[in-house]
Amino acid sequence: MNFVALKMLVADRAKYFSLIFAIAFASFLLANQISIFIGIMTRPSSQIRDVVDADIWVMDPQTLYSDEVYALRDYDLYRVRSVPGVQWAVPLYKGTGRAKGPDGRFRTVILMGVDDATLVGAPRKMLMGSIYDLDQPDAAIIDKAGFLYFFPGDPLQVGKTLQMNERRVLIVGISDASAPFQSFPVLHTRYSQALGFVGRERNLLSFVLAKPAAGVPPAKVCRAIEATTGLRARSAAEFSLDAFLFYLRNTGIPVNFGITVMIALIVGTVIPGQTFYIFTVENLKQFGALKAIGVTNRRIVGMILLQALVVGGSGYALGMGISAAFFARTLNYMPTRGIIFPWQVMASIGVVVLLVVGLASLISIRRVLVLEPAVVFRG
Amino acid sequence: MGTDGIAVFSRDVTKVFGRGDTQVHALRGIDLNIRFGELTMLVGPSGSGKTTLLSVITGLLDATSGELVVLGRRPAKLAQEELILFRRENLGFVFQQFNLIPALTAAENVAVPLLAGGTKRQQAVQRGEEFLATLGMAHRAHALPSELSGGEQQRVALARALVHEPKLIVCDEPTSALDGRTGHAVMDLLSATAVRPDRAVIIVTHDSRIFDFADQIAHMDDGRITSLEQNRKNGSLANGLAPISGALPLGDPELRASPATGD
Repeated sequence: MNFVALKMLVADRAKYFSLIFAIAFASFLLANQISIFIGIMTRPSSQIRDVVDADIWVMDPQTLYSDEVYALRDYDLYRVRSVPGVQWAVPLYKGTGRAKGPDGRFRTVILMGVDDATLVGAPRKMLMGSIYDLDQPDAAIIDKAGFLYFFPGDPLQVGKTLQMNERRVLIVGISDASAPFQSFPVLHTRYSQALGFVGRERNLLSFVLAKPAAGVPPAKVCRAIEATTGLRARSAAEFSLDAFLFYLRNTGIPVNFGITVMIALIVGTVIPGQTFYIFTVENLKQFGALKAIGVTNRRIVGMILLQALVVGGSGYALGMGISAAFFARTLNYMPTRGIIFPWQVMASIGVVVLLVVGLASLISIRRVLVLEPAVVFRG
Repeated sequence: MGTDGIAVFSRDVTKVFGRGDTQVHALRGIDLNIRFGELTMLVGPSGSGKTTLLSVITGLLDATSGELVVLGRRPAKLAQEELILFRRENLGFVFQQFNLIPALTAAENVAVPLLAGGTKRQQAVQRGEEFLATLGMAHRAHALPSELSGGEQQRVALARALVHEPKLIVCDEPTSALDGRTGHAVMDLLSATAVRPDRAVIIVTHDSRIFDFADQIAHMDDGRITSLEQNRKNGSLANGLAPISGALPLGDPELRASPATGD
C-alpha cells in the first residue's frame, strides 16, 4: 500500500509542493537564524579560541569576560608561575587602541601583546608573513579584515604602515584571526611593543597565559592558582563560556534571534501541519473506502506516516541544501566570516522537523482512526 | 431451513443509534435471507434503514440485537482484526460515488483489494488490468478516474469489488450517479459478472428502473422490511411479506455456509 500512499501524496502537486516549501522555508529560517546566532555569540571568545598554546587564562578576580579587563600587577606573573601544576606562564596584553591609516581613516583596534620570548598567543593562521617577523621594530600582524579596511582595494601585502599613539606600526604579516564581536581589526604585536602602541597605564598585564603540567587537568590547576594567588583562573573553554553568557545576559541579541526562531517554528509548524491536516481530511473518503475494503488501521497509519516522512524529509533536505548554499556563499564575506552551519544545528532541525510532521500526522491520524468506515455509504 | 445456500441470515436484527431521548431506531427486527446465486435489492425511501442494514451486514456497524450470520460467520462475534480480514477476503464493495482513489489509474484502483491482502504491486496491478479487460475496459486501464466517464468509473469500481473473488458483493446506489442508459449498462454488466452460484449480491437502491435485475427485492420503511418480492427477474413475482421459516440450526461457534450449486 506504500505506493498508494505516495501516489495520493503527490497527486495534488500544488499541495504537495506547498507542504515541501513550507517545511523547507521553516528549516532554512531555523538553520539560518540559529547558526548566525551561534556565530555571533561565539565571536566574543574569538581571541580566546585563537590562542591555542595556553589552556589557562589568569585574570583579575572581578573580570566578567574577555573584553573588559582590569590589569594585573607585573609580579602576578611570577606568582602564577610558582603554583604547583603550572608548567609555564607568560604575559598577555589585550586592549584596544586607535590606529590610523595612510589616508587618515582610523578605527579602534583590538591589540594583542604576546610574550616577546615565546610568542605564545600569536596567531596561528597566517595568510601572509610569519609570526617570527614580530621580532622587527614596530612590527605587528593585522587580520585580513583590518587590512582590507585600512587599505581598501590593495592586494594583501606586508610592509605597509599604520599609526598608533603617534608611533609607526609596521605590518609584517596578515592573519586569518577569528572575527571579533565588535568587528574591530585585530593587531598582534610583542608585549613590549604593545606598551608603546597604547597610552601608558601603570599596569598593562591583562592576562597571564599558563599551561598545566603534563597530565594535570586545566580545571584543577585553575583552582590551585585561585587558591594560591587570589586571582581568577579559567580554562579556555570556561572563559569562552563566560563571554558567551555575558552577551547572552546583557544584550538584546537572544531576544531578537529568539523571536525570529519562534516565528520560524510557528510558521514551520502551523503551515505544514495545517496543510497536511487538510490534505488528510480531503482524503477521508478514500481512507474510509480503504477501511471498508479491509485495510487495517495500522496500515492506514503507516500510509499517513510515510506521507509525512516523505514530505518532511523532502522539505528538510531542500531547506538544508539552501542553508548550506547560503553559508558557503557568506563564509568568505568579511562581515559574516567565520559564521558556519554547524552539523549540530542541522541535526537539531532534523529532529524539529520530525516532531512537526509527527505532530501534524498525529492529528490527521486521529481523524482517520475515528472515521467510521460506514461513512462511505453516505453519498 | 438449513444454512445451505444462505449467504446472509438475519433474524430480528435491530440497530439503535444514540441513547435516551435521542434514540433512533434505524432497524426494527429485520428478518431476511439472502441466498447465494441471487441478486437482492434493498429498496425504500430515505431513512428507511437500507444503508444501515447494508452497514450491519458488512460489519461496518454492529447490530444492537438479533441474530446475524454472514457467510457462515457472526460479525458480532468477530474481533476487530478478524472482522477487517473477513471483509477483505469475502466482501466486495461498490459505492454510490465510486470512491476511486483519484491518484491511481483504473488498473491500480482495481488492484487495491489485492494490495490490501498483501499481493505484490506488480502482480496486483497486472491482475487489475486483466480484470478490466474482462469488463471491456482494457483500453482505459491506465486512465485516471478524472479521465473516465461516470459509467466507466462505476465499471472500474465494479472490477475493484470483484477482483479478489469475494463471496458477497454489496452495492450502495450503484446507478444513482449515472444516467438511465449508463445505469442500465452497469447493471447488465453487474448481473453478468457478479452474480454467480457461489456468490450473493446485495444492492441498495432507489432506482426503480433497475428493479427488474433483482431476484429478490426487500422493501423497507421505518427500519422494517415491509414486503419481500421473489424471483422478479424471472417474471414470476411473489409479492407480500414472505415468511422466513424456521430458525437456522446454528452450529456455534462458526456456521458453515455452503454456496448453492447453481441448480
